[in-house]
Amino acid sequence: MTAILAAEGVTRRFAPRVTLGDRIAAALGARVDRRAVQAVTDVSLAVTRGETLGLVGESGCGKSTLGRMLAGILPPSEGRVLLDGAPPMRAGHKTTTRIQTVFQDPFASLNPRQRIGEAIAEGPVSHGLVTRAAAPKLAADWLARVGLDPAYAQRFPHQFSGGQRQRVAIARALAMQPEVLVCDEPVASLDVSIQAQVLNLFLELHRALGLTCLFISHDLAVVRHVSDRVAVMYLGRIVEIGEAATVYAAPRHPYTRGLLASVPKLSLDGAAVEFQPIRGELPSPLSPPAGCAFHPRCPAATDVCRAQRPALSPRADGTLVACHHA
Amino acid sequence: MTAPLLDVRDLRTEFHTRAGVLRAVNGVSFTLARGEILGLVGESGSGKSVTGFSLLGLVDPPGRIAGGSISFEGQELVGLPPARLRELRGKRIAMIFQDPAATLNPVLTVGAQMALAVQAHGGGGDRAARDLAARSLARVGIPDAVTRLDAYPHEFSGGMRQRVAIAIALLHQPDLIVADEPTTALDVSIQAQILAEMKALARENGTALVWISHDLATVSSLADRVLVMYAGRIVESGPVAQVLRAPLHPYTRGLLDSLPAMGRPGEMLAQIPGSTPSLLSLPPGCPFAPRCPRADAACAQDPPVVGTEGRMALCHHPLT
Ligand SMILES: Nc1ncnc2c1ncn2[C@@H]1O[C@H](COP(=O)(O)OP(=O)(O)O)[C@@H](O)[C@H]1O
Ligand SMILES: Nc1ncnc2c1ncn2[C@@H]1O[C@H](COP(=O)(O)OP(=O)(O)O)[C@@H](O)[C@H]1O
Ligand SMILES: [Mg+2]
Ligand SMILES: [Mg+2]
Repeated sequence: MTAILAAEGVTRRFAPRVTLGDRIAAALGARVDRRAVQAVTDVSLAVTRGETLGLVGESGCGKSTLGRMLAGILPPSEGRVLLDGAPPMRAGHKTTTRIQTVFQDPFASLNPRQRIGEAIAEGPVSHGLVTRAAAPKLAADWLARVGLDPAYAQRFPHQFSGGQRQRVAIARALAMQPEVLVCDEPVASLDVSIQAQVLNLFLELHRALGLTCLFISHDLAVVRHVSDRVAVMYLGRIVEIGEAATVYAAPRHPYTRGLLASVPKLSLDGAAVEFQPIRGELPSPLSPPAGCAFHPRCPAATDVCRAQRPALSPRADGTLVACHHA
Repeated sequence: MTAPLLDVRDLRTEFHTRAGVLRAVNGVSFTLARGEILGLVGESGSGKSVTGFSLLGLVDPPGRIAGGSISFEGQELVGLPPARLRELRGKRIAMIFQDPAATLNPVLTVGAQMALAVQAHGGGGDRAARDLAARSLARVGIPDAVTRLDAYPHEFSGGMRQRVAIAIALLHQPDLIVADEPTTALDVSIQAQILAEMKALARENGTALVWISHDLATVSSLADRVLVMYAGRIVESGPVAQVLRAPLHPYTRGLLDSLPAMGRPGEMLAQIPGSTPSLLSLPPGCPFAPRCPRADAACAQDPPVVGTEGRMALCHHPLT
């Protein structure tokens, strides 16, 4: 059990984004908040070699920000990220090809006029992993490996469907021979039948190549399916982390419980489904509640929760939970 | 037996595109009783939204309803003059979209736009309109409804904005609400709150609901009956629990088995090979045949309806 990738007390702040709504509000005389957003606060975690660590939480809780810091493409404001003991990023630049990423919309960053074969081989050639002469074969091999016709190397990005795009993105990332793959919502925009195809491909390649993976998704069922361990985030912090089987079967943090209870279940026996929603709404990350950030919505909150932030602390079975009462 | 609230027969909606005629809704039939929640599921491009738009007479050129009948309380909606349709919309039939921005005007306060919606259908004076608006907001779980009337849409969170859109749909206590993926863009905890509220509303007011979703689990926890759509057709329908427990159509079976929740963690999911067909120039026969494990030569012919109106599938080789 050795950690290959670790975050040590990482925090990330962003300067405020001014949206259209803010401009309209400002024009109408409303006061617009210009404080910095703290997207991730003091997160420490370690990803073990060969495992898939799932990262779940609702939108805005900081999953992508944490993922980008771990991938070495976004510098932390505080704390550090270590890949085998060395930072994957120096002076604002990614210094390693050992970590690759797959995003929800993988073609956003592709040149629409570049053929897919070239897009796949570009990185490996420029990093000297293969010669330019071997590039076409590399692209064809990877296309076949992800279940696409090698002849698709000649196609342009717009000629691919959503599921095919994710296959290409996986091929493009893996052609760099990474040890760590950071996947951020890789199946979020896919239909279930296509999602199943991509998840199967992911599981197969993960095993065959012995990859280490951080798998980010808002979909709890997807994360359960692919992950060995899972981390649950709320308002920029990890509130629970442990073996996926344990966390899903016996969630300890009231937020994890509420989240799991909110997921609609397939009701096969026709029994009436009772929803048990978490009450209230996510507070603004601009002004997180004092003490435990979840206390205003928590059914178990007491005075200590309002006053003191619970530390992420280990339980007998190895799960870490940040709760005064769990 | 009382007549259904909504009776849709052989509905056909087409788009005339440069590449040819696209049959987005290709002979869809179903009924909906008062107070009933009907789930309409299927993967993207199967024709769910176009079905929903057709019910409200909101199909714009190059699209058109090319055939069939939509009977609402015995009144035929296909071919009804636009002014009559507008009158029904908002008052008797309402629609909720995935993106509440489709309903909300960003430069008017929520109260102002709700008052306009009330008065558009002759709902009385300013005072009465404001009261009605506040009550409607409170009903969908918006705290401090009276003060929130003076807020602009952008001052609400995404989940609250969708609630405002629902509150507008509820203003006139419509008999039918068509909701097109209204919780798809929301987080699960907010989705659970809205599903709970919608279910209670349908029960308490006898509002019938067509709930369009790509998510079988959401539909199973909300709907009474479900329609499964593929390539413009209803390929299976029936009471939700029956359809999910013992699907007749291999596509429904395949959809269920693709769900991670149905598999064992870490193991391969059952997968449907291939992808959905283009609706342009769809060949005759069963559109699912190229992906179907049970397909044989018979499937080159149009599939027969098996079962009864209340529990049917469109298949040559249904599962039993
Ligand atoms: N580039 C950025 N500039 C300003 N704020 C940002 C930026 N990226 C993320 N944020 C903010 O940080 C918080 C966390 O965002 P993100 O990491 O994307 O969350 P998630 O992936 O869990 O949805 C949000 O409040 C978001 O608005
Ligand atoms: N305005 C339009 N013009 C041309 N084709 C359209 C238009 N709207 C929808 N379609 C087509 O109709 C089919 C059904 O679309 P839709 O009802 O939106 O599917 P769903 O809601 O199930 O994802 C798709 O093939 C889509 O491309
Ligand atoms: Mg994200
Ligand atoms: Mg749609």
